[in-house]
Amino acid sequence: MSDVNTLTPVLTKDWGTDRSWTLPVYESRGGYASLKKALTMAQDDIIAAVKDSGLRGRGGAGFPTGMKWSFIPQDNPKPKYLVVNADESEPGTCKDTPLMMASPHVLVEGVIISSFAIRANTAFIYIRGEILHVIRRVQAAVAEAYAAGHLGKNIHGSGYDLDVVVHAGAGAYICGEETALLEGLEGRRGQPRLRPPFPAVAGLYASPTVINNVESIASVPSIIEHGAEWFSSMGTEKSKGYGIFSLSGHVTRPGQYEAPLGITLRELIDLSGGMREGHRLKFWTPGGSSTPLLTDEHLDLPLDFEGMAGAGTMLGTRAIQLFDETTCVVRAVLRWTEFYKHESCGKCTPCREGTWWLVQTLAAIERGEGSEADLDLLLDQCENILGRSFCALGDGATSPISSSIQYFRDEYVAHLTHGGCPLDPAASTVWGSSLTRSGA
Amino acid sequence: MLPETTVAELEQIAARYPEKRSGLLPMLHLVQSVEGRVTPEGIETCAEILEISPAEVSGVATFYTMYKRKPVGDYHVGVCTNTLCAVMGGDEIFARLKDHLDVGNDETTEEAPGKKSITLEHLECNAACDYAPVMMVNWEFMDNQTPDSAVTVVDDLRAGKEVTSTRGPRICTWREAERVLAGFPDGRVDEGPAAGEASLLGLRIAEDRGWTAPSADASGETGTEPTTAEGAAEEADTARAETETKQQEAADE
Ligand SMILES: Cc1cc2nc3c(=O)[nH]c(=O)nc-3n(C[C@H](O)[C@H](O)[C@H](O)COP(=O)(O)O)c2cc1C
Ligand code: SF4
Ligand code: FES
Repeated sequence: MSDVNTLTPVLTKDWGTDRSWTLPVYESRGGYASLKKALTMAQDDIIAAVKDSGLRGRGGAGFPTGMKWSFIPQDNPKPKYLVVNADESEPGTCKDTPLMMASPHVLVEGVIISSFAIRANTAFIYIRGEILHVIRRVQAAVAEAYAAGHLGKNIHGSGYDLDVVVHAGAGAYICGEETALLEGLEGRRGQPRLRPPFPAVAGLYASPTVINNVESIASVPSIIEHGAEWFSSMGTEKSKGYGIFSLSGHVTRPGQYEAPLGITLRELIDLSGGMREGHRLKFWTPGGSSTPLLTDEHLDLPLDFEGMAGAGTMLGTRAIQLFDETTCVVRAVLRWTEFYKHESCGKCTPCREGTWWLVQTLAAIERGEGSEADLDLLLDQCENILGRSFCALGDGATSPISSSIQYFRDEYVAHLTHGGCPLDPAASTVWGSSLTRSGA
Repeated sequence: MLPETTVAELEQIAARYPEKRSGLLPMLHLVQSVEGRVTPEGIETCAEILEISPAEVSGVATFYTMYKRKPVGDYHVGVCTNTLCAVMGGDEIFARLKDHLDVGNDETTEEAPGKKSITLEHLECNAACDYAPVMMVNWEFMDNQTPDSAVTVVDDLRAGKEVTSTRGPRICTWREAERVLAGFPDGRVDEGPAAGEASLLGLRIAEDRGWTAPSADASGETGTEPTTAEGAAEEADTARAETETKQQEAADE
């Protein structure tokens, strides 16, 4: 290893500190200094700093955050809203959850600065309901921030008022999609809305609304504290700054690794102690199950927006799920496809019917039924969903299928010639690893 | 009818929001904490408070998987069987628990004297994949499970023994958990660690090797971001973002 800083803890910096979730500990480590600085700045200068930093959305699509904020029509007389997307449900994604559990105040501080910048007086944190202790920690952080005068009326004498509501969801992956999230937040079924109008113009309660991911908002205090140049000194040409990379699956030490964008999978696997002993990497997702799979050919690509796009996939949420040679790719893809079918909100036909058919076709192949022509049928079905569905859930459902057929067509065929799965699922489990060593 | 205190609390939830209907999701969590499920009375009461029809409330309640029409047991046990956890052993854990508790998916154990009841369900990814295989008890993390450890947890729960989350507090009942989701804290926030071990791995390595983020005077090139929304969308990851932004620009013109 050279002397460069391969990992750059910023958001994860305090996670190992005793009682890091409390206000006194956060403040003793410099917390809320950025808020005080921001309140002395012109609001447009805050937006400019976030724009200049090059911060791109950390929730999956990578849209520039400062630009999104600047879309809020300030001449619109309606109230403005900030909504934090803490629905974290994309399979493989597990970064916002530990962030909110260990450092809820960095999110709250980011919410206050961001709301101030876009002139919102009410902000919402929409947290998936299935992470109870995380919700406790965020609720408590908001209460502490009120008691300390960081929230409420006339914050630190600035004349600026802000209320924050912590809102628990109730189990629906689709509510991570920003317009479906707004429906959920308005007390409705979480089905995506037609766009335009875009949330920046007519979002929550038909008012101008910014929706950002937890990690995007939590990055704002560091940008205000150290400056846009500091942030953009990390990362690559068009993918600036740091991000949390979540490694899960068949590596020796799955976990969270915060690094500049552009780190490679080879470096990350190295840091996590390599693939589990005696096994080798077979396939992986760069950013959740909706991002097309890659293989061991792609170990040295920069994990940034451009690097991943160049390989026909997406950086997504940096949810790196790693599978070794014991794993059946057909089984993995079928399970993800069942997930999309279950989570399809039912609003549009290509996704509602399409995901159902995908499951039928895949399940038959997994059982060893059908013929090789069914692979083309699958790709055909994917083509009818991709770009034709109402929201990106339908598109995402096709990613694992088309990419796995691209790289592992032989393994699909093997199911047909073998009359079922040729691999033993027990060998992939944590406790089954000793059963079969490939010796590789 | 729901108790008067509950009705008052439901009204309190609705009042947190600029428009009261926004309170519906947490209100239904509160209904479950009192009734053990979403009951017709609960639906009626929410509808009255929000001045919408019971059918509208019902339509919302059936959309979200955390709302239950059938009574839930003292404890809700969920096993993640999304791909990553399934492969790492979640499928085996779920099969073992079904067998051990003699229930199917989304079913509750039979009442037995002196025993607490458990509702078993398989879950989608619960945002804890680095701790796979993952089990949730009343939406608290039970990380890095095996079939044997999962059986021990459910046996202890059934016997009424105290069980502690591997990354959180002592486990409360499912109804108590639903109350927290409705926005009424239970005082357990300070239990458990800041983070589990997996969450800290990168930080520990950085500390060992002296790696940090750059000092405050570091400077990179700024102004590399695209100057138009369309340019941004073209760089953004999804083709969808692109078409949407183009649509927006067209609409703006
Ligand atoms: C099906 C689906 C699920 C999504 N889930 C999430 C999520 O859980 N969290 C999140 O931040 N963004 C999620 N997104 C992306 C959001 O729609 C939106 O792009 C994002 O919250 C914007 O924030 P950012 O610009 O800060 O990334 C999802 C999108 C889709 C289509
Ligand atoms: S693509 Fe799927 S999730 Fe999205 S609107 Fe259509 S049916 Fe709903
Ligand atoms: S796949 Fe089980 S927690 Fe993510």
